[in-house]
Amino acid sequence: MKKALRISLIFAICIFVGTYVFAKETIKIGLITPLTGDVKTYGESAKNGFNMAIEEYAKKGKYKIQPIIADDRNDPTEGANAALKLITQDRVVAVIGPVTSKVAIPVSEIANVNRILMISGTATNPKVTTSDGKRKPYVFRACYIDPFQGTIGAGFALKQIKRKTAAVLYDVGNDYSKGLAEYFKSTFTKGGGVVVAYESYQKDDVDFSGIITKVGTKKPDIIYIPDYYNKVALIAKQVREKGLKGVMVGGDGWDSPELLKTGGNAVVGGYFTNHYSPDRKDPVAEAFIKKYKAKYGVVPDTFAALKYDATMIFLKALDEAKKPNSQEIVKLLASLKNYKGVTGNMSFDRNGDAVKSVVILKVEKGGFKYMTTINP
Amino acid sequence: MEDVNYLFQQCINGLQLGAVYALIALGYTMVYGVLRLINFAHGDIFMLGAFIAYYLISKFNIPIYLVFAITMVCTAAAGYIIEKVAYKPLRNAPRISLLITAVGVSLFLEYFLSLKFLFTANYIGFPRPFEVEVYDLSLFTITNIQLIIFAVTAVSLFFLYLLVYRTKYGKAMRAVSYDQEAAALMGINIDATISLTFIVGAALAGVGGILYSIAYPQINVFMGIMPGIKSFIAAVLGGIGIIHGAVLGGFVIGVSEVFVSGFLSSTFRDGVIFIILFLVLLLKPSGIFGKRIEKV
Repeated sequence: MKKALRISLIFAICIFVGTYVFAKETIKIGLITPLTGDVKTYGESAKNGFNMAIEEYAKKGKYKIQPIIADDRNDPTEGANAALKLITQDRVVAVIGPVTSKVAIPVSEIANVNRILMISGTATNPKVTTSDGKRKPYVFRACYIDPFQGTIGAGFALKQIKRKTAAVLYDVGNDYSKGLAEYFKSTFTKGGGVVVAYESYQKDDVDFSGIITKVGTKKPDIIYIPDYYNKVALIAKQVREKGLKGVMVGGDGWDSPELLKTGGNAVVGGYFTNHYSPDRKDPVAEAFIKKYKAKYGVVPDTFAALKYDATMIFLKALDEAKKPNSQEIVKLLASLKNYKGVTGNMSFDRNGDAVKSVVILKVEKGGFKYMTTINP
Repeated sequence: MEDVNYLFQQCINGLQLGAVYALIALGYTMVYGVLRLINFAHGDIFMLGAFIAYYLISKFNIPIYLVFAITMVCTAAAGYIIEKVAYKPLRNAPRISLLITAVGVSLFLEYFLSLKFLFTANYIGFPRPFEVEVYDLSLFTITNIQLIIFAVTAVSLFFLYLLVYRTKYGKAMRAVSYDQEAAALMGINIDATISLTFIVGAALAGVGGILYSIAYPQINVFMGIMPGIKSFIAAVLGGIGIIHGAVLGGFVIGVSEVFVSGFLSSTFRDGVIFIILFLVLLLKPSGIFGKRIEKV
């Protein structure tokens, strides 16, 4: 009887230890993204891209991933709360960061202070990875930054559209919009152009008749609107209603199927700087686009592609790291070179920003058309 | 000449915005008149109107005059229900309880309606029932949307005037607002009169919601907050409880908003509106048309 007990005990221990050793260790990772609110299409695409990366990893990865998804509603406070919860309660290994800069900035602070890795796919404002010129070592992003994007936008307006006067309309409470506006203005002026109007508005404004009428008296050739698609659609409509004829130019915030739906004819003919175009000819991108289309029934936009890349980079580093914690992964990421992603070849510079080319797209009736690629 | 054109153009822009504020401000002022209550849920009725119109146009594709009619009936019903459920049980409670309830109703409407299976918290493009046309009248340009806003507002105000000053119900309304107890002693049905006030105010807010969404074609469940606050300021500016005061206040607020962004910077525009409120409360709390009534 005693022997039987001993044997069964040994068996039990073997099974216990066995499952512990042979089963994959579970790693929690968080995703913060806007699933509702004014930029929900960004969040939905980002979530799809994230999920696809996780699914692919599950087939051959070293760990079992438990994703925890939080909705930030494109609200910095919501985002910060979600980050605190993910880091302190759920104990995630890393946060795949917010989509928009205004949410990514507070979240990056929290992640950095708590020594948890954060990678954003699409937050382009410089302040996401640095504050007052100091690098936040735990923060990376899979995209270029706004000084570059704004500069390219201004260069395109001057050289390709060949116009000399521009008006800039931007959201004064949004770091992303404000940053792009500043960089556009300085490059445009340096390049020999004149910024005839530089007007700001606020997040909740819907009536732009006052500033548009004011801008209209200056007759600008270019109207630069660096904001998210919902606001752009609203402004574009009022711009055309007030009879302004200038060419509208914008940033990566324009990339949403909703832009054409809400903006209609008013946005057609505009140009915007973006991270990637689905028309890109590249085996990695083509494979991704095909799989994404089969799974979700739509062509992936920038937000899906970049979030996929950001998640994939993280998962790759996770597998290679000696220990599955942020400190080890950060070391690997810092030395990442020439990663072949859906959105192009990627290396991080010393600020943790990806060095990448800008794609310029034109808004046409049926969708966005690839124009050109500009390398850094 | 350029400058004159510019001035006129900005005036038209301001009047367009002001017309909508006036329609909402009327609801605030009428309810305050009969109940001495700032109905904070009023801005959300405005939002409700916009959403009902959105569903009517995008799902059923019915003609625009029917959209107005059905939306008005629905928002009026919502106003009636809110009054019966939230305010009626507090008829004899301290006024502060009523005020807090109003804030509660407002938050309830916003967050309940933002649930996924209802309106969601997303920004939705509002389908315009017609294409925009711009008419150039040498001195300024005007769009068909602006003409419709002015016309609908004028017609609404005309019928409101008839109701309040030319019917028995209107007389009852004015009597209740003048002195509730005395009105009750004269055999006026106080509850029915209060209900009617809510119904009329909510219907006007519904109209305002449609016009606003046609002019600025994007809606979301929180769209009522800022216009609600600004219309409330308009009502205070004109003298709360006074109908023509609310109309004037609405236009003044609308025009000053556009003027601030047209001549100064749009960053200041909300600030200036709140400074107006501040000045009114400081210098003439009873508003432009308000009379100082000493109660013994």
